[in-house]
Amino acid sequence: MDYSHFIYLKEELSLIAVIVILFLYDIFGSRKSLNYFQPVACLLVGIHVLLTCCPARATLAIFGDAAIIDQAPGTASAYPLYSGMYNLYPLGSIIKSILATGTLLIFLQARGWLEEKQTVIRRGEFYLITLFTLLGMYFMIAAGNFLLFYLGLELASIPVATLVAFDKFRHRSAEAGAKYILTAIFASGLSLYGISLIYGTTGTLYFADIPAAVTGAPLQVMAFVFFFAGLAFKLSLVPFHQWTPDVYEGAPTSVTAYLSVISKGAAAFALMAILCKVFGNLVEQWQAILFWTTIATITVANLFALRQQNLKRFFAYSSISQAGYIMLGVISGSALGMTSLVYYILVYMFSNLAAFGVITIIERRSGKETIDDYNGLYSTNPRLSVVMMIALFSLAGIPPFAGFFSKFFVFAAAVEQGYYWLVFIALINTVIALYYYLRVVKAMFINKNETAIAGFRSDGYTRLGLIACSAGILLLGVLSIVHGEIHHYSTGW
Amino acid sequence: MEYTLFIVLLPFLSFLFLGLVGKRLTPRAAGYTGTIVLAISACLSYIAAWNYFTTAKVNGVFEKLTPVNFTWLNFTEKLHIDLGVLLDPIAVMMLVVITTVSLMVHLYSIGYMHGERGFQRYYAFLSLFTFSMLGLVVATNIFQMYIFWELVGVSSYLLIGFYYTKPEAVAASKKAFIVTRFADLGFLVGILLLSFYTGTFDFERLTSGDASLFAGMEGISFMGCSVISWAMALIFMGGAGKSAMFPLHVWLPDAMEGPTPVSALIHAATMVVAGVYLVARLFPVYYLEAPDVLVLVAIVGAVTSLFAAVVACVQTDIKRVLAFSTISQIGFMMVGLGVSGMEGHEGLGYMASMFHLFTHAMFKALLFLGAGAIIHAVHSNEMANMGGLRKYLPVTHLTFLVACLAIAGIPPFSGFFSKDEILAATFHFSPALGTMMSFTAGLTAFYMFRLYYRIFWNKASHHDHAPREASASMTTPLIFLAAVTLVAGFIPFGKFVTSDSAEYIIHLDWTVAAASVAIAVIAIGIATLFYRGESTIPDRLAASFRGLYAAACKRFYLDELYLFITKKIIFNGISRPVAWFDRHVVDGTMNGFATLSQRISYSIRGFQSGQLQQYVAVILLGALLITVLVLFT
Repeated sequence: MDYSHFIYLKEELSLIAVIVILFLYDIFGSRKSLNYFQPVACLLVGIHVLLTCCPARATLAIFGDAAIIDQAPGTASAYPLYSGMYNLYPLGSIIKSILATGTLLIFLQARGWLEEKQTVIRRGEFYLITLFTLLGMYFMIAAGNFLLFYLGLELASIPVATLVAFDKFRHRSAEAGAKYILTAIFASGLSLYGISLIYGTTGTLYFADIPAAVTGAPLQVMAFVFFFAGLAFKLSLVPFHQWTPDVYEGAPTSVTAYLSVISKGAAAFALMAILCKVFGNLVEQWQAILFWTTIATITVANLFALRQQNLKRFFAYSSISQAGYIMLGVISGSALGMTSLVYYILVYMFSNLAAFGVITIIERRSGKETIDDYNGLYSTNPRLSVVMMIALFSLAGIPPFAGFFSKFFVFAAAVEQGYYWLVFIALINTVIALYYYLRVVKAMFINKNETAIAGFRSDGYTRLGLIACSAGILLLGVLSIVHGEIHHYSTGW
Repeated sequence: MEYTLFIVLLPFLSFLFLGLVGKRLTPRAAGYTGTIVLAISACLSYIAAWNYFTTAKVNGVFEKLTPVNFTWLNFTEKLHIDLGVLLDPIAVMMLVVITTVSLMVHLYSIGYMHGERGFQRYYAFLSLFTFSMLGLVVATNIFQMYIFWELVGVSSYLLIGFYYTKPEAVAASKKAFIVTRFADLGFLVGILLLSFYTGTFDFERLTSGDASLFAGMEGISFMGCSVISWAMALIFMGGAGKSAMFPLHVWLPDAMEGPTPVSALIHAATMVVAGVYLVARLFPVYYLEAPDVLVLVAIVGAVTSLFAAVVACVQTDIKRVLAFSTISQIGFMMVGLGVSGMEGHEGLGYMASMFHLFTHAMFKALLFLGAGAIIHAVHSNEMANMGGLRKYLPVTHLTFLVACLAIAGIPPFSGFFSKDEILAATFHFSPALGTMMSFTAGLTAFYMFRLYYRIFWNKASHHDHAPREASASMTTPLIFLAAVTLVAGFIPFGKFVTSDSAEYIIHLDWTVAAASVAIAVIAIGIATLFYRGESTIPDRLAASFRGLYAAACKRFYLDELYLFITKKIIFNGISRPVAWFDRHVVDGTMNGFATLSQRISYSIRGFQSGQLQQYVAVILLGALLITVLVLFT
């Protein structure tokens, strides 16, 4: 074994270092010093993001192999390490840093909730568990072998259940935790069964070796579907979505935000990578599957979202339908699709986290979380209302906000492959989505309310997070360089 | 010369700053911030002009430089939208004009807008406008120009409607926006046609004289005109809207409802010449590919010029006189472009047009700022409330006189040189058109001196308290611009700005010059006779030509005609049926969809039972069902 390869695992290693430091701090820190846990955690994750972050070229130049850097666009491919167990590729680094940034944003928002009496003594656990799941996602993304992938998947799933049930004295949170762990176990069992069938029919678990042995035999198709079900569960694609609203509603809001953005982003990316790399021979089958599940996902989620009153439930359905849009990028199976997928995740992260930031802070200050409670919010909290508005506009895909561009690119990727009907149905659904997003905007800006939520000033961390999200929503669409950079690395990734 | 980017960006930063935190600043601080930023921007553009004109010459021809260019939206290999900075003689000249006038207006407004509500907002909008206008002139491609073109329109809209509590101002801002927007529709269609067939937005490629670009348009014609003619005519339509060419000029007189410094900046010196700039920018395309449209440009310019000069003779609101005068002078510039050729001496019209643009910007801004000073002193726009002001406003009086002499075309003031060259080029093109333009020039001298005498001489009207000269921040720009007007005529413009970018020596055409000076002097003489003291001649004349006088007063009923067309014909004939269709059929369908989705949504709520067993069962059945479907279909 070549130990020098460890240098290439810089994302994972630096994340593990962060976890270890925080773990020791949590155990040995004095009660008083633990008051600074959040700033320290944010700082460390921030450093981690900076270390691993986007100028992938620069970090590769320092740590990486010249062979990867010098590859012309269009020829860049995965660089296998540990005889193919782990894949190093620039696009992977990009998505990892996007996910880490999202986690940082959630940490910024979580303070209010964690300072509550019941959670304050366990606050360290929240950060640690979240970072462990993030590590799991890193492995899912980088895996070159189904075993490592499965380990990553489990690491990214099981601890989440404890996060969902973090407010264990609150009935709903506990219930949501139980629902999550049971469905998650079932889904991952299905997935594992699928993987075992793949091993049985191909005789290998290495991504690099499987394609040659995939012939499209019925057993392999079944294996694929079962495997797909596991990831579809994480992405909450219809019909594997039913846990989503219950869990999202019951979980603490910061955890809901994490589930809806980070967990989904990782699963979507891993799904696309595996579909293209491993199941390239089954392309007709998986495109057909994705075609129908995408339509079902977007439509069903929108129909349910129309009638929601509880904002967290509302955003659960919204995030299901957003996952459907992400699938438009996956289904194309092209470099353009990959670019649009990564870009979509980035934009969706900023938009959704801005919305959840507002929901978190309002829930914390007033305990209210239904749409009617937001009536007249603009008159009392104008700035929060504006942030919420641009987040919703971005999610609905209204120009000039970033969400418009991300939708445009996934549509473009799907149209490029000839999926006109799919895009048409997705377009109709954006109209329905616009309707329900605007319901919230209407509540905040137009509806009058004598007893609107009283005005308040949110804490500095939340504000910082919301400003970062708003800046992302406003600027990402205009800064074409972001999309260009992603595209550069996704050409033949 | 990458720093030229900052000329454009600085006003934008100033806009962001003033727009976001302006309310927390005192008005004075906001005013000074805007002015100082503009001063830096102006200095940079002077440096850029110096650098450009001293270094960019290769083989006697000024190079086109693109110091900044990046791809903003990359759709396909061919279809991409760039943003950048293109420097060539006209762009550099415009940078100087815009930053100079804008700086003067910023400075002037500190005094003029003193104590107004929304002072900070005013400065934010001014900066936004300056940014948009600068972005427009340095555009590297026609799409960037279109973006900034619209931004200019928006900031003009915001500034005309600055006094948003005044119904006239609101109506005027809407009118300006809608009329120019209508013209911009033509512009957009023109852009699409042009870029569809040539496959590029880029100015440099379009104006390179490469005939192969336009090969794809050959043989395609529509309603008897070739496609390239259509495209260029539609693009000219956009320019005509912005530059208030007949018959799209109706918005400009009303735009005088905005604060006077705004009129000086936007509606005299910069934005309204955007149309001229557009034609000049695409001049090689017009000249080589669509000469018929160029004739159209000349005719529209000449008609506008004469029409506006006639109307200006009878207006009594001093700002409206100046507005019509502006329209008329822009007409001159258009004629200059329309009659111009391409190479060497043939390109006299182009050079003269750009020269006139430059001198006109200076003296017209001076006239407007002077008018602002007068309005500031007597609190009225009407000539009847003025008269005899030369005693009270000595500085304003003298500078205003300088500007009047310049626009009338009396040597050695700048207007003489530029206008004379336009006339010379026009005579060369067609003596009939030349005669018509000479007559218009005479009218110009007449109405300007009518204005001058009625403000500063004539019968003094009663004032509650004696009008006083304005503060230094207002008189400094007047003096500066008057100085520029005095000397600008001696700039050897042909050395810098010509149609083929090669140096060109201007020869005065003495016969044309002598004739036009004679006409101007006679016109001024008549104006002196009529208006210097109290005289009954104008009233008697008006009485004997009652029909013409009334029509000119009413601007030849064009506004009424447009109102008739829009309100009666379009609203009743088209809008109402469409509205009915929209309300009943389109909305009905949409409501049907909405009701349907609500119903479905209601009926499927049972699937979300909250029971874990069901969820797991659905997952398993879903996976099995998908497998079966994939395998057996």
